[in-house]
This record gives sequence, C-alpha cells and structure tokens, in this order.
Amino acid sequence: MLLVLGRRLANVIPTLVAVIALVFLLFSVLPGSFISGMGEDGRTTIDPAVMERMRKEMGLDDPLPQRFAQYLMHTVTGDLGKSFRTREPVTTLIGQRVWPSLKLVFAAMSFAILVGVTLGFLAALRPGSLVDTVSMVFAISGLSLSQFWFGLMLMYLFALKLQWLPSFGYGDGGLTHLILPAIALGVGPMALLARTTRAAVLDVLNADFVRTARSKGMSERRVVTWHVLRNALVLVVTIVGLQFGSLMGAAVVVEKLFAWPGVGSLLVDSVFQRDMPAVQGCILMIVLFFLAINTLVDIAYVVIDPRIRYGR
Amino acid sequence: MRRLIWLAVSAAAALAVVTASAQTPRKGGTIRMTAPYAASFGSLDPHVTPRAQDDIVNKAIHRTLYNWDTANAKLVLELAKSVSVSDDGLVYTYKLRDDAYFHNGRKMTADDLIYSYTRIMDGSKGYPGARYVRLIKGATEVEKGQAKEISGLRKIDDFTLEMTITDKVDPGYYFFNGSTAILPREEVEKPNFAAHPIGLGPFKFKEHIPGSRVVAERFDKFYKPGKPYADTLQVLIMAEAAARDVAFRNKEIDTSILGPAQYVAYRADPVLSKGILEVAEMFTRSMPMNPAFKPFADKRVRQAINYAIDSDLIIKRLVKDKAYRAVSWLPPSSPAFDKTMKPYPYDPEKAKKLLAEAGYPNGFEFEWTTSQNESWGLPIVEAVIPMLAKVGIKVKPKLVEVTVLTEIAMKGEHQAYIGSSLTGPDSLATLRCFYSKTPRTACNYTSFNNPDFDKLLDDAGQTTDAAKRNDLLKKANNLLYDEAPVWFFNYNKAVMAYQPWIHGLQANPTEITHQYPEDIWVDATSPAK
Repeated sequence: MLLVLGRRLANVIPTLVAVIALVFLLFSVLPGSFISGMGEDGRTTIDPAVMERMRKEMGLDDPLPQRFAQYLMHTVTGDLGKSFRTREPVTTLIGQRVWPSLKLVFAAMSFAILVGVTLGFLAALRPGSLVDTVSMVFAISGLSLSQFWFGLMLMYLFALKLQWLPSFGYGDGGLTHLILPAIALGVGPMALLARTTRAAVLDVLNADFVRTARSKGMSERRVVTWHVLRNALVLVVTIVGLQFGSLMGAAVVVEKLFAWPGVGSLLVDSVFQRDMPAVQGCILMIVLFFLAINTLVDIAYVVIDPRIRYGR
Repeated sequence: MRRLIWLAVSAAAALAVVTASAQTPRKGGTIRMTAPYAASFGSLDPHVTPRAQDDIVNKAIHRTLYNWDTANAKLVLELAKSVSVSDDGLVYTYKLRDDAYFHNGRKMTADDLIYSYTRIMDGSKGYPGARYVRLIKGATEVEKGQAKEISGLRKIDDFTLEMTITDKVDPGYYFFNGSTAILPREEVEKPNFAAHPIGLGPFKFKEHIPGSRVVAERFDKFYKPGKPYADTLQVLIMAEAAARDVAFRNKEIDTSILGPAQYVAYRADPVLSKGILEVAEMFTRSMPMNPAFKPFADKRVRQAINYAIDSDLIIKRLVKDKAYRAVSWLPPSSPAFDKTMKPYPYDPEKAKKLLAEAGYPNGFEFEWTTSQNESWGLPIVEAVIPMLAKVGIKVKPKLVEVTVLTEIAMKGEHQAYIGSSLTGPDSLATLRCFYSKTPRTACNYTSFNNPDFDKLLDDAGQTTDAAKRNDLLKKANNLLYDEAPVWFFNYNKAVMAYQPWIHGLQANPTEITHQYPEDIWVDATSPAK
C-alpha cells in the first residue's frame, strides 16, 4: 500500500510542473493583458504612465524565462503571488473559495453516485425491462443536457414555479442553496455512472464465478451483493474517480449561473481579466484536487480488488 | 429623435425623483441590489479598482469629495459644505463637512483628503485614480517619487482644505470618481483593509462572501440626517442575465439590469413593465476608423460609411430599441450636446457618390475587429456587412475577446473596430480623446489630428466661463460629426428593472447601477426580512 502511495506521489510532481509550465506559457502567448483588460467595460481609459508603472510592478516587462523561474520558485515555497486584480495573495483568494467549491463538488458527486449507481444497478438486474429502458433514457438525457440549460430549468421549476428552493446564491451555506447547483453539476456524472454501472454489472452477471455461486445454491441477494457488486465496483470506482476529479474544473458554468462562490467563478473572472497569478493558482488547485482524488482511487482499487493488492 | 431622447431622459429622471418623494420613506428593511458585470468583486479598497462592478458597493461604503446629482444632472459637493474659487480658476478652497464620520467613529478632517490623494499618487502602486488626482499641482512629483507631499494641497484648518489645480477645469469631474474615495489612514494601514473596508458611506461593511455577495448595515452616524433608511444593504453578484431574470421574477432581488432580449419581454409584461427605469447612459457605441489604413484617411470615406449604414434599423431590430441613435460623439445628457444636430441619414446613394469622389468607385475591403458583445459586437457587425456591401465595401470581421479588443485599439493594430466608450459627464475630458496630443494609449484610438479641433479644445480649457466653454465644446463636437472619425452608432440606453416595493432609485446616466443607497427605501411589502 505504501509503495503504491509512494509511486503515485512521485508521479504527481512532474505532472504538476508540466501543468504549471503549460498554463504559464499559454497565458504568456495569449493576446490581451490585465492592464488592457481594465478598459474592457468602456469606462476606463488607461493612463500611459499608470500603465507603464503597473506593468513594472506586475513584472510583465521581465523576460519570460525569468518570470517562469521566479514563479516556479515562489510556488515551491507556497507563494502563489498576488492577484493583479485585488492585489491580495492568491492563496487568500483561493482559500476563500475552496470550501464552497468542495461542498458543491461533494454534493454533486453524492447525487451522481446515489442516483447513477442505483439506476445502473437496477437496469442491469432487469435488462430489457421498463426499469432498464427508463433508466437508460434518463441516463442518455443526462449526458446530452447542457449544464447551463438544465440549471436554468431547475431554477425555473423549483424556484419560480414550485417555490421550494432559492434560485441562486450561497445563502448561509446551507442545504437549500446547495441542492439546485449540485443537481445541475451532478447530472452529467450521474448519467455516465448509470451507464457504466449497468455495463459493469451485466458483464459480471455473466461471469463464470457468478454462475458457480448460483449453482452452489447461494441466494440471489448474496450473489448480487457479495460477488456482483464488489466486482463491478472496480470499473465504477474508476469512473467515479475521473468524474470526481474533473468536477472542480467543470463547475465553472454552474458556479457562474447560480452565483456560487467557488474556485470556478474565480477562475472565469480571472481568465477574462487576464489576472495571471489568480488563473495559475486556480488551475494549480484544480489539478491538485484531480491528482489527490485519483491517488485515492488507486488506493481504493487495492482495497476493493485483492488481485491488485498482490499483483505488484 | 433628439426630442424623443430628451423627453425620455427627462421623464426617467423625473419619474425617479417622483418615485422617491411621493411617499414617506419607511425606516428599516433590506435592499437587495445586484452586481451584474462579473462573477466577483475586484476589491473593496476603492483606490485599487476602477471597475463599475466594484463601485456598486463602494457607493454604499465610501464617499468622494463630489457626487453626481441625477435629479439636476450636475456635480454637487458631497464631503464639503461650500467651495470658493480664485479669480484665475485654479485655487479651490473647500469648507469640509464637520459632521462626516468614518465607520470606526473618527471624524473626517482635511488630513484624510490629503492622505487619500497622496496614497493614490503612490507611483509604485499604479492606482487607477492617479489620472484624476494628477490634476492637483504637485501630484505628478509625488507619483515620480520626487516629492512626498502634494504641494497643491494645503490644510488651512481641520475642516478647510485648499486645492491648487493645474488646468482650468471643474475638479468635480475628477473627484466624484469612486477611485478617489476618502479613506482613514489608520484603517488603510492595517493588514487586509480590503477585507474589512472602513469608509464614510451610509452603510458600514458587514460581510463579504467573495463571488457571492457583500452585506452592509446602516451607519447611524452618517452625515445626512435620517438617512439611510434601510437597515441592511445586500449587493448580490449575478453575472448571468438569464439567472437574474429568474431571481427577479421570483422576488429574490429588488433590482436587475436588463439586456435587449429581456427588455422586450419586460416591456410586454403588464406587471413587469411598471417597474422599468431607463436612462441614456454616457456611453457612445461606435466604429473608430484607423487613418493608418489608407481609405480611412479620407474624410469622404468615413462619411460614406456613416451614410451607408441604416443605424436606426439596427437599433430597432437588433438592439430592440435598447439604445438611442448617436448623433455625434457627446451624448444628449452633455451640456455641450447640440440639440439642433441631426444624425447622418441612411443614404446609400450619397455614400456611393462620396466613395467615388474619394477614388473608391468600386469600394474596398477592410478588416473589422469586434468582440462578441450583443449590443456593440459581432451581431451588429453581421448586420452592417450587407449594408456596406451595397455600396461596394467588403468587410472581413475579426472576432476577439473584449480584453484583446482594448489592447488592439491601444496599439493601433486595427483597421476599424467596434466598441463602447464612456462619453461623460466631463465633456472636455471626453473630447480630449480626439486631441492630437492625446496618445493612442490614453484613448485617441483614431489618431485624430485636426488643428481646428485642438484650438477649440485649448480655448475651452482656458476659459472659466461655463457657457463659453460649452459653446466651444459644442463646436468641437460638431466638427467631429463632420470629420466622422467613427461610425456614430448609438448611445446606450441602460435599463434597470425594479420591484414595486423599492423606492428612491435614480436614473443615473453615469452608470445606472451606481445608486446612492441612502436615498433608497423599501416599503412593508418587500419579502426580504
């Protein structure tokens, strides 16, 4: 276990450096800068003298390799620099957004696992039945829906028509404000999980060891929970891990739509305003989350599947 | 058309004032305003940010030396009770308020103005408000690090401040901008001032959830007796128009900014149409033409483009009447706007004739840089393409982000671009964007160079007679109309939807979202707790 963990952590470092370098280079070659972005609302004309001073203060005039080396050195020490926009440390900005983001992502994934795995499982147990058809129509619809449109429909139905839930905002951070954005964000992974679970369970149901278990006279409930579910879980956990990891980045649209104060909405504003330190910090945070989740998934494999535990 | 614009502007302003005065304001309640321009606030330190989004909050928490009086369409003293001006129009002596308190309980004095303006001129920080404070004599020296104090600011006593300025202009235009707010030194110098801002405004900061909202509470020692009315002010971030629409209809917010599509829907709705506030904002949408591209160096070509485009049709069909037809550069709310001027008529034949005279009988092709903006971006360009094709001009649209658009304009890397420019309230400063000595980076995006225009502006800058100055600026604006350095498209019609329980909103032409929350009150029918 420790060896697996060690190997995974060793892989994380080059991945992180590669991501940092890529983001840094991409934003360095992108046209537009924070200073020109200050005039985007048409009301701000930027004084040339101020512009020059700001460029100097922000280090935008330094050569690219020098800027990258400095950024890398500061990042290693946990210093992500100061936001151009707010002039506050990027770590402070991200720190303010992490908890709402995590809440949203965990809630969305919980919804996706609960509904998706259940639907997929039920569909696989009765292939070709009405339950199977309805579940799969539901799953395919979920995969095809635009997050933005679906979110708006949720707002319209549950806030405006039924008046059950608030349509936007963070409120006091409680459940009522979390439900709609979590469903809007979770519907995609839910659909994918439903289809994956169905396929995985169907595959295992036809395996020799399941037939053997049944022929031994084992009850169907025990066959399903003991043999089928556990073996199907490996594939399901893989999908859960991949989806979970990418949800933080995918939350951008939902966060903006529901005015949810997560890392995604910070990233959107920072990209549009070319606030480089904030963009780099947000992406670093999202990548770290992705890598952390995938490392946990690797560990989960070992727990779920004994063959992986012994197959070094 | 001009008459209609004026009627609309006056009616909107009058309606706003009537709304505020027809009923007795109720004390208490919560105001829920929206911040629609981004998914977060930049900073609650007003010196750091020039953005309209941030000023929505800053108007509640902070105060500037002057304010914009919407009802009378003029600048008024805010932190001073009176001002006297020297004969040469360069020395202003302010008798400051002796009843203005910061939210930490300390009384504001002349030292606070001196500190705030000096802070803004810290050259190492590049604060955006420096472009305004630079008007004060000696400010530039501080900016360059050659002096520690602004020589043009002199404290006579705690509540008297003498300000010497470098140009004969009304300093009100400079010191009403949010980025010149007056701040208390002892609070600013604490770590994290932006996280716990202390100001002179009617509401004191309570909470900021970045990316979600700012909440402020009534400040009982605010210097206007009986104000503010509401107990609490919430400024809720809502960058998505569709989501804002749902929230407004669901009565979760008290105000909302409408785009063209929503404007049509709200006007057609018998209930929602009763709560619409409109104003001709001081923004001019146009297509600046770069004279470095040979055809645009010829005035006749630029005029031809103005004749060839049916702007009224585009405003009606595409912008859904959420704009007023532009006549020239200055908007109708400017005192230097010439009410006798008429916009360029749609006349393709005249356009063809002018093009032929300029040596382009078969037209030419140009690249038109544009953003995605629905009111002054790609949809407009697409509508114009066939109109220009009729007179032989081919257009190659080039789509870029708004951030990039500004950079392209500043570098002059365009043949033409479509954009929106702030054109008020200071008409002289606005027209300086066409002054030959104004660099491209500071807004002369058309590299306009006309000695007659320069002279008019020089003369306007020298006179202290307001009527004479307006007359000179009017002539300069009319000269621009004739020279047509841009395609004059429209003046923005800002539209705010408001709930029936909210009162005292102002149709502020400098920016409709910039309300003075001390004047706003909510009646007992508001669903907000």
